[in-house]
Amino acid sequence: MLVSLNWLNKYVDISHISPEELAERITKSGIEVERIEYIGEANPDVIVGYVESCEKHPNADKLKVCHVDIGQDETLQIVCGAPNVAKGQKVIVAKPGATLPGNIKIKKVTLRGVESNGMICSLQELGIDEKYIPSEYADGIYIFPDDVHVGERVESLLNLDDVVLEFDLTPNRADSLSMLGVAYEVAAILDQPLRLPEVSVNEIDEEAKHYVNVTVESTDLCSYYGAFIVKNVDIKPSPLWMQHFLMAAGIRPINNVVDITNYVLLEYGQPLHAFDYDRLNSKDILVRRAIEGEKIETLDNVERQLTNEDLVITNGKEPIALAGVMGGANTEVHDGTTNILLEAAYFDPGSVRKTVKKTGLRSEASTRFEKGVDPNRVRQAGVRACQLLEKYANAQVLKGVVEYDKLDRSEKTVVINTDNINKRLGSEMTSEEIAHILKKLRFDYEQENKEFTVHVPTRRGDITIFEDMLEEVARIYGYDHLPYTLPKHFSQVGALTNRQQLIRKLRTFLQGAGLMEARTYALTKEKYATRFLSPEIQAINPHPISVQKPMTEDHQYLRLSLIPELLKSVAYNKARNEYDLAFYELGNIFISKEEVITKQPAEELRLSGALTGEWVDHKWQGASKQVDFFVVKGILEGLFQYLQLPIEYKASKLPQMHPGRCATIYMNNEPIGFLGQIHPLVQKEMDLKETYVFDLNAEAILDAHTHHATYEPIPKYPSIERDVAFILDEDVLAGDVKSLIEKIGSPLVKAVHIFDVYSGEHLPKGKKSVAYNLVYQDPNKTLKDDEVDISFKDIIEQVNKTFDAYVRS
Amino acid sequence: MKEKLETIHKEAVAKIKDINDMKSLQELRVKYLGKKGSITSVLRGMGKLAKEERPIIGEMANKIRQAITSSIEEKQAKLEQEAMDKQLQEEVIDVTLPGRPIQVGGPHLLTHIVQEIEDLFIGMGFEVKEGPQVETDYYNFEALNLPQNHPARDMQDSFYITNELLLRTHTSPVQARTMNAYKGEKPVKMICPGVVYRRDHDDATHSHQFNQIEGLYVDKDVRMSDLKGILNLFAKKMFGEDREIRLRPSFFPFTEPSVEMDISCKVCSKKGCSVCKQTGWIEVLGGGMVHPRVLEMAGYDPKVYTGFAFGMGTDRIAMLKYGVNDIRQFYMNDKRFVTQYHQA
Ligand SMILES: [Zn+2]
Repeated sequence: MLVSLNWLNKYVDISHISPEELAERITKSGIEVERIEYIGEANPDVIVGYVESCEKHPNADKLKVCHVDIGQDETLQIVCGAPNVAKGQKVIVAKPGATLPGNIKIKKVTLRGVESNGMICSLQELGIDEKYIPSEYADGIYIFPDDVHVGERVESLLNLDDVVLEFDLTPNRADSLSMLGVAYEVAAILDQPLRLPEVSVNEIDEEAKHYVNVTVESTDLCSYYGAFIVKNVDIKPSPLWMQHFLMAAGIRPINNVVDITNYVLLEYGQPLHAFDYDRLNSKDILVRRAIEGEKIETLDNVERQLTNEDLVITNGKEPIALAGVMGGANTEVHDGTTNILLEAAYFDPGSVRKTVKKTGLRSEASTRFEKGVDPNRVRQAGVRACQLLEKYANAQVLKGVVEYDKLDRSEKTVVINTDNINKRLGSEMTSEEIAHILKKLRFDYEQENKEFTVHVPTRRGDITIFEDMLEEVARIYGYDHLPYTLPKHFSQVGALTNRQQLIRKLRTFLQGAGLMEARTYALTKEKYATRFLSPEIQAINPHPISVQKPMTEDHQYLRLSLIPELLKSVAYNKARNEYDLAFYELGNIFISKEEVITKQPAEELRLSGALTGEWVDHKWQGASKQVDFFVVKGILEGLFQYLQLPIEYKASKLPQMHPGRCATIYMNNEPIGFLGQIHPLVQKEMDLKETYVFDLNAEAILDAHTHHATYEPIPKYPSIERDVAFILDEDVLAGDVKSLIEKIGSPLVKAVHIFDVYSGEHLPKGKKSVAYNLVYQDPNKTLKDDEVDISFKDIIEQVNKTFDAYVRS
Repeated sequence: MKEKLETIHKEAVAKIKDINDMKSLQELRVKYLGKKGSITSVLRGMGKLAKEERPIIGEMANKIRQAITSSIEEKQAKLEQEAMDKQLQEEVIDVTLPGRPIQVGGPHLLTHIVQEIEDLFIGMGFEVKEGPQVETDYYNFEALNLPQNHPARDMQDSFYITNELLLRTHTSPVQARTMNAYKGEKPVKMICPGVVYRRDHDDATHSHQFNQIEGLYVDKDVRMSDLKGILNLFAKKMFGEDREIRLRPSFFPFTEPSVEMDISCKVCSKKGCSVCKQTGWIEVLGGGMVHPRVLEMAGYDPKVYTGFAFGMGTDRIAMLKYGVNDIRQFYMNDKRFVTQYHQA
């Protein structure tokens, strides 16, 4: 809502307060003033001039040489390029020395050999937004009506001294979608008297009811319909002040009839519609639901197909308007219109809202109907428009309004009480203060001691219950004046749950291990939605979930893996010459097994990562190392050791992963994720370098880690170590051998470490050597060499037999 | 024999003096003092001496042995010192060369902010609650006093999945779910951080995915001044003791009365600048007293219980606090951005 302060000043005296202070007071009382706009600046050198003569420029086809009377001794010779300049016009003249918006300085100049002493201006050149300028002046200079005085300054004539406040209205404050509503608000805030417009019409004797019958069929969607008949209108421009108030409010002036309906819409918050009476071809107005498939051509010349959810105004046969949304093209007021049927109605907000949503036709009118207009202003607004038509269109208003009226105009009653108010606000207001607040708001009430029975005016349809009144009192009292307190009963203990604490520990561990936390979008593109699924997710065959109206294809499907978007972040960095990256992310994936989703999907927290580039960078010592499988695996091993979870890794072939460098991660024989190098083809497609990823079911990890660590005594007896290197076939997995050693060596073998892996010239082709370090320990006694020797011998024999291996000497 | 011993002494001292390495010194020790050494062999001839001469010669021999021993030890110490000096000299390094780098990781700036806010409210006795991101229309809207066709639904253009399911547009459903779970029987004191989604075009100040933290306190005798008190504590801790707060009336369907909280602009100290759009104030959060219908729907009797709720955009708080000027930075994971805030 754009509020012209010059206009507002007609209803409430705001001359003593600066626009900035007023904006601040309004904002603090609950309507946010988003912007303060000064329409123009004071400029004594811009005045009204009379074009005495206008000749063609001798040296330029498109220029004219004008002599302009500006009410001083001499006329000004001005060269003008506007196509519409002509002798006998009253125009805007910027004298030499004037400064126009955009810091344009007007000087004496010579144009193609002819002296020019100033400029004849368009409205644009005075800083007025093109879209509000009447169309006849859009491409040329502005021409005043004859009754302005030559030499007069133009600021007040063109409303350039106005200031506009832009309100950011919350949906509850429909009352402030009208200048009168704003006036009530400002009068309450400033504690000022209110000057309402005096509305009266000199109706002629002829009666409107002889011209029209009003029938409402869909009474649920229209509780009031009033038809006024206005004859012999003189279509012409509306008065300047009205045009400029409309422009300040962001509406382009058209002609007096249209401008008056718009003016009353802004003044009363009540949309009106003027039909060309002679184009109705009927004396009937019938308000009904549209018939399925029925058509109407609206004012914007678009043919629209209707459903029976739409409410239409008809001439008894066919639709002539889409109720509350837009008029029909065939009954539009035009230059030749002489008789008007003026509609003032109350349409059901929900019905208008539905039609607007369907057609996308949101207008100043529909916005107000959608939020509910004041039932006590509907008819009055029609009368106000008739008054203005009488005055500014020389029209005759017929007696009476033909109406259908089942409108509920009763006021809501809310009881408040001083003690209650104070108890809920924490304040110490007196009953006198509350009474004063109600007076400022102009709410009627009856008071009995501390109890007030408040009759809420219908313009404030947002106030229905005690809490609404509580806010109303509090905001006029001032939120600033409420004390700062702490709650009376405030004794609960707050703490993170075990799960929340563990999540923080996970983060701390990974960050300590050198990973940066990333956050990516949960909505991804279709292609990415099914990529890099962890085996246990793939196993349940989930259906990716699409949102109904995505903003872009890039963000359409809910992710089933964090990795695709993480890789996008890696690519984003690479494009900016950042090649060494180690990201992790904790985020939800969304799993639904339904082909057509009906239930909330399962949401599962995943812990994923992507690493690429240099891991160790210490070139002057020759110690530079790229991220590889084992860097990532080392981090995960550290993590699981930290969490004390038993984990196994098994080679696996997964889509989008390098077939030979990928492992599925198992916990208690259940897959909980994977790690490995991304497939070179994916790498190429996404423009990446060699990149490794991991993905874990964080839920499983968090669930598994429920026990608290218990103290295990530090062994008192020394350990004994044995080393052995086995020659194995290349395809034997070192981990399998390790598992076997652990199995056979149990319980004396406490740990098995792989400390060397070799293949090459000293070994037969197809063979490799893997060296194991075995740590023996008995918690209860010092081990004897014999015991260890027996176990060690057994292990070697079993490994040799199982894997067709032999010991490297 | 006397002369023999004296000759040995003289000879030994002279030789020790000339020696420059540990190995020769050890050989010398063996030569003079060892079991087969010069002194021992002299003493072996003692049997031939007169009885009374024996102790004299013996004593002399001992003295000489001691003298040689201490000369050797002295020399040894000197050689060791020289060796150590040489070694240390050789071990000098250039301490200005760079150290072996470690990988430094760190949290996302939003995580950092969330944890800071969580800790602040935990300190005041709040719990941290979470909930699903794909919500039902009921919990996202209806339970919060936003029935179908309520005009306020326009404030939040939502990503619907079906007519009943959508990506939550705020974390408020977690409040409704928590109240429902507590069945109107005990006070609720919680905050809920989380990801939310709105149908916005991504630009410097809008993101289709962002984060919120909301708080809820429902109990007997909760007053609006309590909300003011808690928000004041929060704002000063979060943005600094020198910041002023301002509450102004606003509208949310789930609160009545509703408030919006501004903090004074740090850049211009309330004089007005481009950061605060010339107002001197910056909007940071919204809140209010829980609407009686919301309490009722969640099973709390609004005649017995009252409460307050508030909510803020985590991304926006982080942007304000750290001067980040593009919300997309939080989701691009640009290393040059991310690493700036690891120590935040
Ligand atoms: Zn500022």
